[in-house]
Amino acid sequence: MAAFLVEKPGILTTVQDAGRHGYQEFGVPVAGAADEFAFQLANLLVGNPPDEAALELTMAGPVLKILEGGVIAVTGADMDPRLNGRPLPMWEAVRVAPGDVLAFGWARCGCRAYLAVAGGIDVPPVMGSKSTYLRGAVGGLEGRALGEGDVLRGGTPRVPLGGLAGRRIPPEHVPEEYRVPRPGATWVVRVVLGPQDDHFTARGIKTFLESAYRVTAECDRMGYRLEGPSIEHLKGPDIISDGIPPGAVQVPGHGQPIIMLQDRQTTGGYAKIATVITCDLWKVAQARPGEFMRFAAVSLAEAHRAYARYREKIRLLSHMLCPRGSRGAHYRVAVGGCSFCAYVVPE
Amino acid sequence: MNDLPRFLPAGDRALLVEFGSEINPEINYRVRSLHYALRQNRLPGLGESVPTYRSLLVYYDPLELSYERLVEHIARLAANLGQMELPRPLIYLIPVAYGGEYGPDLADVAAHCRLAPEEVIRVHSSVDYLIYMLGFTPGFAYLGGMPRAIAAPRLEKPRSLVPAGSVGIAGEQTGIYPVDSPGGWRIIGRTPLKLYDPHRQPPVLLAAGNYVRFVPVGPQEYAEIKAAVERGAYEVKTLPAAGEER
Repeated sequence: MAAFLVEKPGILTTVQDAGRHGYQEFGVPVAGAADEFAFQLANLLVGNPPDEAALELTMAGPVLKILEGGVIAVTGADMDPRLNGRPLPMWEAVRVAPGDVLAFGWARCGCRAYLAVAGGIDVPPVMGSKSTYLRGAVGGLEGRALGEGDVLRGGTPRVPLGGLAGRRIPPEHVPEEYRVPRPGATWVVRVVLGPQDDHFTARGIKTFLESAYRVTAECDRMGYRLEGPSIEHLKGPDIISDGIPPGAVQVPGHGQPIIMLQDRQTTGGYAKIATVITCDLWKVAQARPGEFMRFAAVSLAEAHRAYARYREKIRLLSHMLCPRGSRGAHYRVAVGGCSFCAYVVPE
Repeated sequence: MNDLPRFLPAGDRALLVEFGSEINPEINYRVRSLHYALRQNRLPGLGESVPTYRSLLVYYDPLELSYERLVEHIARLAANLGQMELPRPLIYLIPVAYGGEYGPDLADVAAHCRLAPEEVIRVHSSVDYLIYMLGFTPGFAYLGGMPRAIAAPRLEKPRSLVPAGSVGIAGEQTGIYPVDSPGGWRIIGRTPLKLYDPHRQPPVLLAAGNYVRFVPVGPQEYAEIKAAVERGAYEVKTLPAAGEER
């Protein structure tokens, strides 16, 4: 059962799980990890269910002193994590002992890193979730970000810790956007048009799909304000308020898009030109101010195929975790005309 | 009115079901009926749904429930909404202390409307307001039915802090702030009730489809109710509503 003391909290470090579902009809935002991919893999590495509570680190991470040992994994943005001053491997389960100091710096690429602990983070669930919703001051640690002097405890691990350390995601399966700094990078984000694309002129939609939009400094867990060529409305920006799904791209009167994320309000009154597909939402969560975004429209069927591949990728990766040094191998196997992907892990 | 709603994909995990393009009780009733019908007719892969003025946002997991199957399911339910009976609506009696420290803008609203402050209070508390939807912030109720006679524009300069429970007017809308927040509505009173408490079950006091009636109370009663609310000893009073507009 791990425990650690927060020596420096970092810019914004919060407890997040898969979000607070089932209360949107009462106006309660979902919250939850902004980059689901990195979040789920961090949990899987330490033997947790993929939706267990972990820490979400933003732009610059904390300094934590380990009080009780356990197994941790760090995924997502590269914040140069160090254990007792030595580089800590990311996307890998690592054993930590009392007295160890785990320190993060500034993100070298991306925005958000995840720190999972075998057994999860032991905070009381509120409305069925441990996710911190900062504006509503609920969930996580007293509804707030971590502060200096806080002590966080891990829950009871589901699996014996002995076999966990050294399990890792093979680097070739970690998208390079997490690992390689790309100053001024352009992220290509796929969207399904709608639900209110009919509130825009054909020219407005063309502008949206053919322009690069810069991420402004006004970007947080609620939404990302972008800046670029103005998108032309057909019927004006206002609609009768309706529900806002994650990844919705709202365009208020100024014609500049806003991508809505995990802490978004449940309903809103701006026309939504498009919705970012689930498996590309992590790119939004990792985009930094000054970087660019381009939107590519896909059909709903295409989006669903991409979603199935994304879930399958996470499922396959969860089966591929094996200790460092040992070598697994990929095989493509054809059986009765069907092709299968097999990953073999040494005992 | 049994026209099929419009089905608008809202990304790959949500479907917007739109029943009309205006705010009226009949369309809103259909939205809430479908919300209720989906709860009674679960399908694997069906997630939560979010009812608003004229549409329902339905979340689903496309790996468990295909878009086509979801649309078919909803179309079938929507075609039979006319036969559905929603639970009988309630009227919540919401005690409000008007004016003074509780409603610093009451005098301005009265002046704007060329009414005496007492008349603003009388008109505001004379109507049962339909709760069309909840949203924006946890527990915020979008109310319909405020008499035009007491309509007043928003403040030119929003306040940085409006206390939870404040009752305000903005244009032709009235509403209650569920949590301390910045805001530009003209505040005419305050209720001692907690519209939102994350640690209470249910966390939100009001439910869409029910009605709100404001009941004027004096400072003494306000203080008594507030103390009871703090102790967890106050239950909101309700009356059965006459019936839902169809």
